[in-house]
Amino acid sequence: MVRCCLKEAKRMDLAVVILVEVLYAIAWLVLVSAGLAVVFGMMKVINLAHGEFMVLGGYATITAVGLGVNIFVAMLIVAPLVVGLFGLIVERLVFRHLYGRMIDTMLASWGLSLMMIGAFKMIFGNTTTGVSGPIPGFTVGNYQINGYNFFIIVVALLLLVAMLAVLRGTRAGLVARGAMQRPDMASAMGHSPDRIYMLTFAIGSALSGLAGAVLAPLIGLVPTAGAGFIAKAFITVIAGGPSLVAGLASASGVFGLVNQFFSFLVSPVVGEVALLVAAVALLRLLPRGITTRFFRGRL
Amino acid sequence: MVGAAHKDFALIVILGVVLILGLPLMVDTHVLTLLIAYGMLALSLGLIWGFGGVLCFGQAAFFGLGAYTFAVAGINFNESTLPLILAVLVPAGFALVLGALMFYGRLGDVYLAVITLVVSLILFRWINSTAGPDYTIGAARLGGFNGIPGFPILNVPGRPDLMIWGETLYFVAAVSLLIVFLLVTWLLRSSFGRIAVGIRENEERVSLLGFDIRARKTVLFAIGAAIAGLAGAFYATWAEVVTPTLFSLQQSAEIIIWCIVGGLGTRFGPILGAGVLAYLKFALGQQNMIDNMFVLGLVLVLFVLFLPRGLAPELARGWHWITGARRKPTRRNHAPRAEVSNG
Repeated sequence: MVRCCLKEAKRMDLAVVILVEVLYAIAWLVLVSAGLAVVFGMMKVINLAHGEFMVLGGYATITAVGLGVNIFVAMLIVAPLVVGLFGLIVERLVFRHLYGRMIDTMLASWGLSLMMIGAFKMIFGNTTTGVSGPIPGFTVGNYQINGYNFFIIVVALLLLVAMLAVLRGTRAGLVARGAMQRPDMASAMGHSPDRIYMLTFAIGSALSGLAGAVLAPLIGLVPTAGAGFIAKAFITVIAGGPSLVAGLASASGVFGLVNQFFSFLVSPVVGEVALLVAAVALLRLLPRGITTRFFRGRL
Repeated sequence: MVGAAHKDFALIVILGVVLILGLPLMVDTHVLTLLIAYGMLALSLGLIWGFGGVLCFGQAAFFGLGAYTFAVAGINFNESTLPLILAVLVPAGFALVLGALMFYGRLGDVYLAVITLVVSLILFRWINSTAGPDYTIGAARLGGFNGIPGFPILNVPGRPDLMIWGETLYFVAAVSLLIVFLLVTWLLRSSFGRIAVGIRENEERVSLLGFDIRARKTVLFAIGAAIAGLAGAFYATWAEVVTPTLFSLQQSAEIIIWCIVGGLGTRFGPILGAGVLAYLKFALGQQNMIDNMFVLGLVLVLFVLFLPRGLAPELARGWHWITGARRKPTRRNHAPRAEVSNG
């Protein structure tokens, strides 16, 4: 009798751990893709330097922490500000000349990403830097859970809610959505599309910076770390389709589940490959993204 | 038309031979061989992107596949003639399947880019994870991150003891590039090539004229992959080792940069871009002041902003200006652009 209950309890523990891991994988994808989703979803600009924007956020955090700033302030305020400003400058210098030329934008941003990798190597050196996670882990039964994972899940959730609230509830969100759908109309109503694009790009960059900062304690930061983010962010956003928040949440959900399922079943590498295969299959079945079939017309 | 074609071919052969004999006087043949492999790789993307309008973000996948096929088959057969043929056929077959999947699904430009990118990433991840002794193909161990060293290099067909290397390899590779170049020229002059250009210009119109776009794009994609595979084989025999970095995103990025810098919609442009940039990278690798990725990125950004048509058209214009010849109407006035799909 006792033994049976023990077994039962163990199974419960495992279920909790798996649940947390799956939620964490989904939250990870949401965070990594949010910045790209704003920039691509609203402006149709494919920013291939997105991964490097994230790495910049990570470096900003580490530098700020090194200067004695509280780690949460560094992650949640300093990094988004730094990367947002950087995005603003880059948008003014490069991207604003290329709107409407999708492939050219993509190539220019790729060039930017290579430049940033080179700059990171020159400034921070070709080594791994990192900060330690500020939240201690705890145990569930026989399993150890990283407390920081909960923080990631909460941040991702708050991010989704905040995006929805801004887009749906505020005048700025309304104007932004209008300008993305019909720039000519928005401009006829007295809003400058140029300024809206600029601000959208800056906000998207800030979100990338936030993601990079929050994830920095989990990964060893190397100058080339961005490449690990960009592909997944890219496919999550594209698979999500035209609805910004619903697409982000649903695509992250599907890919996070697939990834964790195969990670547990076989190995993490197979989980990664399964995610990518799922992406290819999904795009083949729903070439315009999940939200063209489900959650249509939502945000 | 036929006369013009003969003149064109003769001109290419003469120019090619002059370059093949002249370049070793300026640059070391060891470096030149690498530049030729890269040039061939650039030509493969230049063909499908510049003339077919198919932007493949994973051309490095075919390059790597060709190199790995050459290495694996070389170890198994202990000679290199059959592996060389396989290094062309395997990527082409792979591209045929992948292309059919994409083009028959009628995916848009951007989605095409994503899928090719993802596929090359899958290959990269997979090859990287094959370090254990279980991963073997025949007698060859895939070796994971370390790659495969010590496979037989190129030899004279039927004579595994007569290796081709050093200066000889340079001439073999250079002549191969010339032959591939001539074949591409011929292909573009054929009706297949002209319809491919038509598809690039206006897909809908060509399909309404009754041509099967999907099949043609798939075949063109496979031809590009075959050329990339051959380039991979030459790279493998030059480097004498193949590693997973051949599949990496950076490799794919470089190919695209070569094409942009050299000039899209030209045959010579991508080769020129590859030669100039790869040599620049080689030269920059000799110093530690500036990271060469920084320079490559800067070059790409500046070209997209200020010279989106690349070097070759500008050089041609300069040449015509010097000789005073009347400018021929260019085939292409702007870089290929994707339709923005709003879903």
